[in-house]
Amino acid sequence: MFKQKTTEQIKAATRPTDTAAHAFYNNPKYRALIYQILLVTGLLYFFYTIISNTLGNLEAAGIKSGFGFLSNAAGYDVLMSLIPFESTNSYMRVFIVGFLNTILVSALGIFFATILGFIFGVMYFSKNWLIKKLSVIYVETFRNIPLLLQILFWYSAVLASLPGVRDSLSLGEAVFLSIRGLVIPKLIGQGGGSTFVYIVLVLAIIGIFILRSWAKKRQDATGQQFPVFYTSIAMILGLPFVAALLTGFPFVIEYPVLKGFGFNGGITVIPELMALTLSLSIYTGAFIAEAVRAGIQAVPHGQTEAARSIGMKEKKIMSLIVVPQAMRVIVPLLNSEYQSLVKNSTLAAAIAYPDLFNVFVGTALNQTGQAIETIFMAIIVYFAVNMLISFIMNRFNGNVELVGR
Amino acid sequence: MKMIKKISLVTIGMAGAALSMTANAGTLDDVKARGALSCGVSTGLAGFSQKDEKGAWSGLDVDVCRAVAAAVLGDASKVQYKPLTAKERFTALQSGEIDVLSRNTTWTHTRDTSLGLNFAGVVYYDGTGFMVSKKLGVKSATELDGANACIQAGTSTELAISDYFREKKISYKAVTFDTSDQTRAGFESGRCDFLTSDQSQLYALRIGLADPAGAVVLPEVISKEPLGPVVRQGDDQWFNIVKWSVNAMIEGEEQGVTAANVDDKLANGKPGNKRLLGGEGELGKNLGLNPDWAFQVIKQVGNYSESFERNVGQGSPLKISRGLNALWKDGGILYSPAMR
Repeated sequence: MFKQKTTEQIKAATRPTDTAAHAFYNNPKYRALIYQILLVTGLLYFFYTIISNTLGNLEAAGIKSGFGFLSNAAGYDVLMSLIPFESTNSYMRVFIVGFLNTILVSALGIFFATILGFIFGVMYFSKNWLIKKLSVIYVETFRNIPLLLQILFWYSAVLASLPGVRDSLSLGEAVFLSIRGLVIPKLIGQGGGSTFVYIVLVLAIIGIFILRSWAKKRQDATGQQFPVFYTSIAMILGLPFVAALLTGFPFVIEYPVLKGFGFNGGITVIPELMALTLSLSIYTGAFIAEAVRAGIQAVPHGQTEAARSIGMKEKKIMSLIVVPQAMRVIVPLLNSEYQSLVKNSTLAAAIAYPDLFNVFVGTALNQTGQAIETIFMAIIVYFAVNMLISFIMNRFNGNVELVGR
Repeated sequence: MKMIKKISLVTIGMAGAALSMTANAGTLDDVKARGALSCGVSTGLAGFSQKDEKGAWSGLDVDVCRAVAAAVLGDASKVQYKPLTAKERFTALQSGEIDVLSRNTTWTHTRDTSLGLNFAGVVYYDGTGFMVSKKLGVKSATELDGANACIQAGTSTELAISDYFREKKISYKAVTFDTSDQTRAGFESGRCDFLTSDQSQLYALRIGLADPAGAVVLPEVISKEPLGPVVRQGDDQWFNIVKWSVNAMIEGEEQGVTAANVDDKLANGKPGNKRLLGGEGELGKNLGLNPDWAFQVIKQVGNYSESFERNVGQGSPLKISRGLNALWKDGGILYSPAMR
């Protein structure tokens, strides 16, 4: 029917003429560039349309827009603030107060979740049946219950059943636990003596770093080990104590005193913060435990056997051989767990913890009615915090990665 | 352009909401076309908007929704209720999700002028008050120095109490919850020493306590909280309809027209009765409604007094007295502009 074309004929027919072959639009490099420029222009136009449409429509609907409200007085109070705050301060200050509260609960959560995660993750490899099962039960229980439910459990079931403020559980009339939270004594430094103690404390911390690098160098050179850990603890506790003794203990302890409706003096940890920290750490800890388990299992068993064959103790094998190698797997997983924790802290809205989401996206949005601006600001904050975590963890990851792989 | 509009609607909810705002001119037509009024109410507040076991809504705020539905559609039951928290309410109205917001919302200058909304009248004159546990033995709010307060987030109460305590130079801690149920739970568990809210809400929350007699509402009223329905700005016809639906209930009480005698008043009443109920004049036509709009409101929902007593007054567990909410001629400040 049809005459079969030879391969040569087909090639000749589809081959571009010389001039077309050299045209810039046929150069794959330029072509890719042009596509990218078109895409970026398109995206810019897309966002421009959305923003101008939104602004135009807000104005047409008589809704105020812009960030001018940030300098207005907020007019409401916030339960807990790390910086001085009163209701005559601006919305901008509310934003900062909420931001700091978010950072506080996230940092506490990350700290405790990491500790819990590593303890239970390592416990899984214990030869003791009970310890191993404890780890399994912890992970399976807390990983499988929704976080919101856990927050409400700790807040409404556990902490809400604590006694009233007048019948507080007390520890030596110094530490009190009630439905209003945990009240602990406060250490107040006096005069130059206390400054001296603080300086010694900072020096002790710097000293520990110097000690560590010295000990490492010595071990590399001579093979001799130095008890860095115990020396560090002695330094961080002992040196400031000696300094305090020398200056005649320039501190007063402010004990909380029950007066009127609550405690005066001391430091109060509000139950909302306790409930949120507990639930965030326990929930995320379960995921981190799994990450730790995965990391340890990823280390070939030959490593452990090799370590045993040269006579290392089991504890040392874990801390010197297995965990450092497991970190390569664990760190990227940790990164995403930390980010989830920060995002999950917005569930504070379920209880009365005054985080950014609650005081700013909640109350400020409602009092000013400027939804787009407040939500935009909150999005930027969560985005920036998580980018920062990602940056730090990636740096850390670079340190634990095998060189030359 | 059409394509871009479509994409942005799908991708960015906020912008999508803003886009739909331009099309809010014909709320009346929208409601008629839908065959139902979409009304924003609270998530549950005794006497104002609450749902029973069968899922039926009742309350003073709900009666405003029903009155508007009766005036517009001739059937008070044609309402879709949207339960909203205090924080969600204005966004829901601005975005066009609801036609009327009737959710114990205080009429303030800022809300009226900067949110793109209009308050269509006052259905309940309220004020911020305090509820404390009887055990505390507190007689006045000035004794509450250093106490913890349970407050609902995003309300004008948050602002009123802050002003009050600053003025009196006494301190307090604001424990701010999302819903009124949570504030009640916080108060009940002892997290807070007192609960502060609009007085009417305090009575409503009190009957929800395990031991209502164990709590007292203090005599102080520290702010003006006129509560009323809200509509979007820029649709004057709809604004008028909601405003006059409420006025019809008030005027009904003033003229002595009740759900029971409304047929008789239309047939044999005074000229004022007939004008209100559509027997004479063009009040309904001017609103773009049927002549019997107010007749349907009173027939199906009742006049203001009937609604008040049924929901929050003597016929209800709340037993709130009329007080400020009595008619102007009975010592209150309730007053409808002239119905002519």
